[in-house]
Amino acid sequence: MKETKITVKNLNLFYGEKQALADISIDIYSQRVTAFIGPSGCGKSTFLRVINRMNDLIDDVRITGKIQIDGIDIYDKNLDVVNLRKRIGMVFQKSNLFPKTIYENLIFGPRINGIKDRKVLDEIAEKTLIQAALWEEVKDRLDDPALSLSGGQQQRLCIARALAVEPQIILMDEPASALDPISTAKIEELIDELKKNYTIVIVTHNMQQAARVSDYTAFFYLGRLIEYDKTSRIFTNPSNRQTEDYVTGRFG
Amino acid sequence: MSILLKKHKDISGFIFINVTRLLFLMLILMLAFILIKIIVEGFSVISWEFISSEPKNNMTEGGIFPAIFGTVAVTLLMILFALPLGIFSAIYLNEYAKDSVFTRIIRTAVNNLAGVPSIVFGLFGLGFFILFVGKNLDEVLQTGLLFGQPALIWASSTLAVLVLPIIIVSTLEALNSVPKSHRDASYGLGATKWQTIKNVVLPQARPGILTGTILAISRGAGETAPVLFLGAAFFLPNLPIVDLCFGDYCIPMINPGEQFMYLAYHIFILATQSSNPTKTMPLQYGSTLVLITLTFLLNITAIIFRYRFRKILGRL
Ligand SMILES: Nc1ncnc2c1ncn2[C@@H]1O[C@H](COP(=O)(O)OP(=O)(O)OP(=O)(O)O)[C@@H](O)[C@H]1O
Ligand SMILES: [Mg+2]
Repeated sequence: MKETKITVKNLNLFYGEKQALADISIDIYSQRVTAFIGPSGCGKSTFLRVINRMNDLIDDVRITGKIQIDGIDIYDKNLDVVNLRKRIGMVFQKSNLFPKTIYENLIFGPRINGIKDRKVLDEIAEKTLIQAALWEEVKDRLDDPALSLSGGQQQRLCIARALAVEPQIILMDEPASALDPISTAKIEELIDELKKNYTIVIVTHNMQQAARVSDYTAFFYLGRLIEYDKTSRIFTNPSNRQTEDYVTGRFG
Repeated sequence: MSILLKKHKDISGFIFINVTRLLFLMLILMLAFILIKIIVEGFSVISWEFISSEPKNNMTEGGIFPAIFGTVAVTLLMILFALPLGIFSAIYLNEYAKDSVFTRIIRTAVNNLAGVPSIVFGLFGLGFFILFVGKNLDEVLQTGLLFGQPALIWASSTLAVLVLPIIIVSTLEALNSVPKSHRDASYGLGATKWQTIKNVVLPQARPGILTGTILAISRGAGETAPVLFLGAAFFLPNLPIVDLCFGDYCIPMINPGEQFMYLAYHIFILATQSSNPTKTMPLQYGSTLVLITLTFLLNITAIIFRYRFRKILGRL
């Protein structure tokens, strides 16, 4: 039984004159992992940033079409962007931890939400670290600088930090592209665990990774959504020629 | 393979390096000479007496306390005016203003203003603060000749205008050096713009802002030309102080309406206007050493800030 979390209809996005996304329609399901794949520059990151309205921060971006989360139009004039972003966690390709301690990174979100009680913050920190499978590694060094962690730990801390605001959706933009195989495996395990409670969208250039972690896969090409289906289908029996060429590595 | 054994002769490189070396050495020697001379000559003059008393005997003897006090007072007021204005302008320009032709013109103008000779600022201060603002205030408020004359407040305002571009430029640089990815992280976690600036941008930019502003301030404190027309007095043993009273309780405050003595100007006067320039020689050295020490202290503070900042970054 699958529930639709995000509905996108006829989405177009322009950076100034240049169209980056063209006529995209897609339903993204709750408690599933959806992978976005496609060659560099096809608009995966752009689309991801549409979902939590990070494109608002860029001058000169124009968007048409409809994007709904739980049936609510997120580009509605009366919608509060800040509240929207609290519902949606984002993990970026490169770890972007603040030059603060591990603990301060974790509680950044809760704190700007007005939580001041140290005990509550401590609990959130512990809970999210456990969720991100990082607790055992860092529980004794919460006051160390976050940037003293290894690359893989940093990325998992980014995930923990995103979980701390209790989002419903997690967007990941190539979260493991800069990591070694072991760290990557840890992140993938984590994604598998998280999907029980969250809607996860992950951008990846790694076909095996998409095949391993995702339930649905969307293939983008030149700003268009070429094919969207169950991951097993996309990788074994895609209906589009371009998709097939891409997932089998014939172009990319 | 014999080509590998032949040493490459780079004659023009050789000449270039050695010419620069020579020039560098000359520069260092010149600076060292000036500094050593001032320290040696000045040190023998400096005493508690010299620091804490006023000039005597037609300024051929005595100390320089009023000049030190004036310099500190003018600098303090200058900081009060320039610091908030400069930092907030830079924050506005960098974080809030949309990139447009207008803001680009402002940025360019600010950059260019940072290089304008200080005498020009002095003339600007005279024309704008005294002749325009002051005279008009006098006319509107019917105060006779109160605002439209040289005074500490106008000197500080002018110096503030002088250091403002420097503060803005260095603050802009510091703000710009905060990676976009950190802002994205903050917005992504649901922070508002102000929360992002307050919790992410400013903490990271703070050491850079401090360093830049302290350097700007030390530049302002050493300027002579702008205060020349704006209230620096030839000789004025009483300090620009006024008692601010609440009932019986009085606290002494800097009086912004008074004229004042000023270290840099005092040195200039001793050297060129005194009745007996040879006799004031030691006083000039002493005053110069005091002025240099003051600016040096400010610069040291800036360096310490920067050093600590680097250490923190290095640790992370
Ligand atoms: N801020 C921007 N301003 C203008 N054009 C942009 C901006 N960001 C992205 N683009 C353009 O939009 C297109 C899509 O970019 P996007 O970053 O979404 O691609 P991507 O699929 O994520 O690529 P990659 O796999 O390399 O990360 C590209 O042609 C890019 O040049
Ligand atoms: Mg991308």
